[in-house]
Amino acid sequence: MEAATVTARRPGRGRGRALLVPLLFLAPALLFLVVWVIYPTVWTIVRSFFDRDGGTFVWFDNYKEIFTTDTLTTAIRNNVIWVAVVPALVTAIGLVFAVLTERVRWSTAFKTAVFMPMAISLFAAGVIWRIMDEKDPSRGTVNAVIKVFHDAFSGGGVVTAAQGSTPQLTGSIEDGFVLRTPVRAGDTAVMGLTAIPPDEVPRDAPQAAQPRPEPGAITGTVWRDFKPGGGRPGVVEQGEQGLGGATVELRDSGGSVVATTTTSADGAFVFRDVGSGQFRAAIGSQTFTAPFEGVSWLGEQLITPAVMIAYIWVWAGFAMVIIAAGLSAISREVLEAARTDGATEWQVFRRVTVPMLAPVLSVVFITMIINVLKVFDIILSVAPQSSQDDANVIALAMWRTSFGGVNDFGLGSAIAVFLFLLVIPVLALNIRRFKREEA
Amino acid sequence: MAVGGEAAGGAVAVRPRAKAAHPESRAARIGRMVARGPLNILLIVIAVLWLVPTIGLLFTSLLPASEITTSGWWKIVSQPSLATFENYTAVFDNRDIMEALWTTVQIAVGNTVLLVVVASLAGYAFAWLDFPGRDWLFVVVIGLLVVPLQVALIPIFSLYNDTGLFDTVLGLILFHVAFGLPFGIFLMRNFFAGIPRDILESARIDGASEARIFLRLILPLGLPAIASLAIFQFLWTWNDLIVALTFGRDTQPLTVAIFSQTRQFGSNIDLIAPASFLSLAIPLVVFLAFQRYFVQGMLAGSVK
Repeated sequence: MEAATVTARRPGRGRGRALLVPLLFLAPALLFLVVWVIYPTVWTIVRSFFDRDGGTFVWFDNYKEIFTTDTLTTAIRNNVIWVAVVPALVTAIGLVFAVLTERVRWSTAFKTAVFMPMAISLFAAGVIWRIMDEKDPSRGTVNAVIKVFHDAFSGGGVVTAAQGSTPQLTGSIEDGFVLRTPVRAGDTAVMGLTAIPPDEVPRDAPQAAQPRPEPGAITGTVWRDFKPGGGRPGVVEQGEQGLGGATVELRDSGGSVVATTTTSADGAFVFRDVGSGQFRAAIGSQTFTAPFEGVSWLGEQLITPAVMIAYIWVWAGFAMVIIAAGLSAISREVLEAARTDGATEWQVFRRVTVPMLAPVLSVVFITMIINVLKVFDIILSVAPQSSQDDANVIALAMWRTSFGGVNDFGLGSAIAVFLFLLVIPVLALNIRRFKREEA
Repeated sequence: MAVGGEAAGGAVAVRPRAKAAHPESRAARIGRMVARGPLNILLIVIAVLWLVPTIGLLFTSLLPASEITTSGWWKIVSQPSLATFENYTAVFDNRDIMEALWTTVQIAVGNTVLLVVVASLAGYAFAWLDFPGRDWLFVVVIGLLVVPLQVALIPIFSLYNDTGLFDTVLGLILFHVAFGLPFGIFLMRNFFAGIPRDILESARIDGASEARIFLRLILPLGLPAIASLAIFQFLWTWNDLIVALTFGRDTQPLTVAIFSQTRQFGSNIDLIAPASFLSLAIPLVVFLAFQRYFVQGMLAGSVK
């Protein structure tokens, strides 16, 4: 309206010129919008009612197909999961980060770290997470971390595979290994193991201890009965390593365990005051853990959560920065007044901060819904070919149907229109908000 | 942000627990730092968590090809001597990747420049020129903000095939400009509308033409918004996959070139990792250098 008064002051110029100038300024933009956005949208809507070749009018057949084809219903179902999970999580994470980082001095550094993935393409982010999500724990970061916890909480096994080094020691890692010859007080139990995976033979493990008999006690050694060049089985030799942390059991004639102990770093163990009976010495099954094979993040079961994690990693920074800006606009006095009145930090957060941030939170949430509806690149890069059907979403299904081998422009157009329909509520919301702000 | 942080910190002294000490005493400050200890640790852990994936890609790209298929990136941490640039040398010697890099630069720079020009012109018209249907037309622009580009792929694919724009850098540039425009116009119009009216009016009374006002007044004053838009568009198009995948065959930007490699993912990580890092290093530098403008643009346009 301001501009209207300005032009009104120039009565000398003709109406034609008053129109010409704005037109010149607008023409390039209008050309782009009409040719590349508006005309194609109309064309796509029309095309969606025609068959694959575009020759036959098929009414709503393409739309029916969206809801009856397996890969497409999977795509819709996945997109529903995406919309239900990701915008809420991203907004919540952004809110928590924004509130927390306000209280530390290095908030700028923190924000840069979390915000940085925004600069990375969703495609490259997908490549990053595909490497992170490798199944093999010796290569995939996520599984390597899980393995650390798995190993820490799985009964303290020290090796994942082994065999007795002589026929004297028989058994399996499930049942433990038992010495054939019974032992009694004063005897030594010599329990050599072999076939231990090479990466479980540390370079710096101590020399295995020579078993020394001790009156009234059963002593012995559990050790890695091999060394570079082989060595003699069943004999503790120079250069062979002790196996520390192994569980050793004494079993009675009935096979039940009467005493247990753990070997020291050089593999030595001792059972004192064993009495006069005969026993069987055994290496307990606790010594062995089944190796952690790794979670199959990129397999068909977990692929959607795996892609979501990558996506949240990218977008959390966006939410955090927008919310932090809203947070800095909240008056400090209001927060401090609440605190002075005795409100706890949690109450301030729940009753003051969050309600005051509601408009910002809804902007972030709605923006994320739009983004999530269009999710595409990151699925192509995280999901291997074999699980792409399981990770399918609407935008990807549209592309694969139209260009990825199927080449059905009728169905592809219908999927595109379907996607368009899903964003129309947000479109209307944007317009309403704009009109309210301008009014 | 730092100011906000200190203000929030000062509030702690109001709480009964800290009452005994004088607000500015050393004891209170140390007490506050101790109280913040767990929070600091938590935030450090989060920051590290957020950095690890990118650092992991960098370290993976530095592993020798023979190690990549058997080891994780952390092997570089335990054996720094393993680090090698041989993968990068191979990438720089790879004609396809280098061509893709050049294509990416052309697309990203070309469409950013064109978009900034077109969006500024239109933004000025919407902000300061009067013409019938202006508000109505701007509502259309806002409506177009959320239109998914999927609705244009099929018709433009046919159009490009008919006009010879298929598989050309120009075709990709034009498409990117069109889909960057709603946001660009929105951002420019809102920023220009905030320019004080007196400045424009006095220029108009002095008899300056609209073209002159635009060039000499609006553009210089609008530089922050232009910077925001340029950075946004540059990052967006540098990082694009779907548009280039649809409208290009031999005209491949980096994302597409790497994508075609991911079909054999596993055997060629020694190529994928350094190429991916190369493709993200440039936007990362742009982003870190101009973070302020990026955030401004994001805040101004977060309805998108």
